[in-house]
Amino acid sequence: MTAETAIARLREALGVEATGEDPKRPPDIRHLVVTVPVERWQAAVGIARDDLGCRYFCHLTAVDWKAEGLDVVCRVENLETHIGLTLKTRVARDAPCPTLTGLYRGAIWMERECHELFGIPFEGHPDLRHLLLADGWEGYPLRKDYAVDTPHPPYR
Amino acid sequence: MKPPIPVIPPPAWEEVKDLQEWVKYHQERPGGDQVSDTVQGLWDRLEHFPGGWLAVTSTSKLFNWARKSSMWPVTFGLACCAIEMMATFASRFDVERFGMVPWASPRHADLMIVSGTVTIKMAPMLKRIYEQMADPKWCISMGSCANSGGPFRHGYHVVKGVDRVVPVDVYVPGCPPTPESLMYGILKLHEKVAEFQQTGQRSAPGAPPD
Repeated sequence: MTAETAIARLREALGVEATGEDPKRPPDIRHLVVTVPVERWQAAVGIARDDLGCRYFCHLTAVDWKAEGLDVVCRVENLETHIGLTLKTRVARDAPCPTLTGLYRGAIWMERECHELFGIPFEGHPDLRHLLLADGWEGYPLRKDYAVDTPHPPYR
Repeated sequence: MKPPIPVIPPPAWEEVKDLQEWVKYHQERPGGDQVSDTVQGLWDRLEHFPGGWLAVTSTSKLFNWARKSSMWPVTFGLACCAIEMMATFASRFDVERFGMVPWASPRHADLMIVSGTVTIKMAPMLKRIYEQMADPKWCISMGSCANSGGPFRHGYHVVKGVDRVVPVDVYVPGCPPTPESLMYGILKLHEKVAEFQQTGQRSAPGAPPD
């Protein structure tokens, strides 16, 4: 499968245009980027898994864009045909994002981590506890409005 | 004509914010070792006996010699400094010649070498292990992370110095310190232990234990 056929499939299934990472270059099949609205998040990842055969779930994280909201970013890959797809969606602050745990079991820990560090509540997640941070942590450390240097006795 | 020699003003240490934080948050070593009331009573009676001070000082010298020549550290490796600590315990920089045996139980240990980054999540466990050690106990803070937080000081998850959690006797700088540095710190601690009772680090009479 070439990049053009993959982009055409995504266009007919989702109605959005996939791009390469660098707009000056022709799109590379290993680095395709798709931005979808949050309502079609699960559908887009489902198409990437079933239609393009991206069965390997690399990672899921978020990017804080301050007032514009947070980008949830996930990357899936097809290890046979080497399709690499980065899917992005924009959610508002403290707005829920649909979960991917129904599609990939590996998303459970990723979404737990993303929830505790960015404060994105994932709707439909089976077990949204803290994964890495200590108990009773206040605030979301990787958000840009988190005051890192605030001394909090006794330990920080 | 020579250019004038610039006069560098001495640093105003009380204005340094990190030092202010250290003064505010660091833990002091408590007054002394907690011994049983019977032993303490016998000790005080002997000290007030005519000529008893001779026995007291000589026995405390003997005790300190015994303490410093068999000081067992509890193995508490947290990060990359632990590799250097293991190298110190291994055959090349053999600290077993000082009578130090790395022991995996805090109940038998006299010394805790905090080697590595102390995260906020790990700090309660560190404090519990320190409290499980029998008195008298000492603590060496090894490496930049344990001293002050090091390169992670401005991160969100690291304790800014292990002295905010437990009292520290010797700080070993370095990132990570070489085994020679750690051995120098251990020898400095030996000097400190040799003066243990004489410096007045005894439990104050009447001070109730917690």
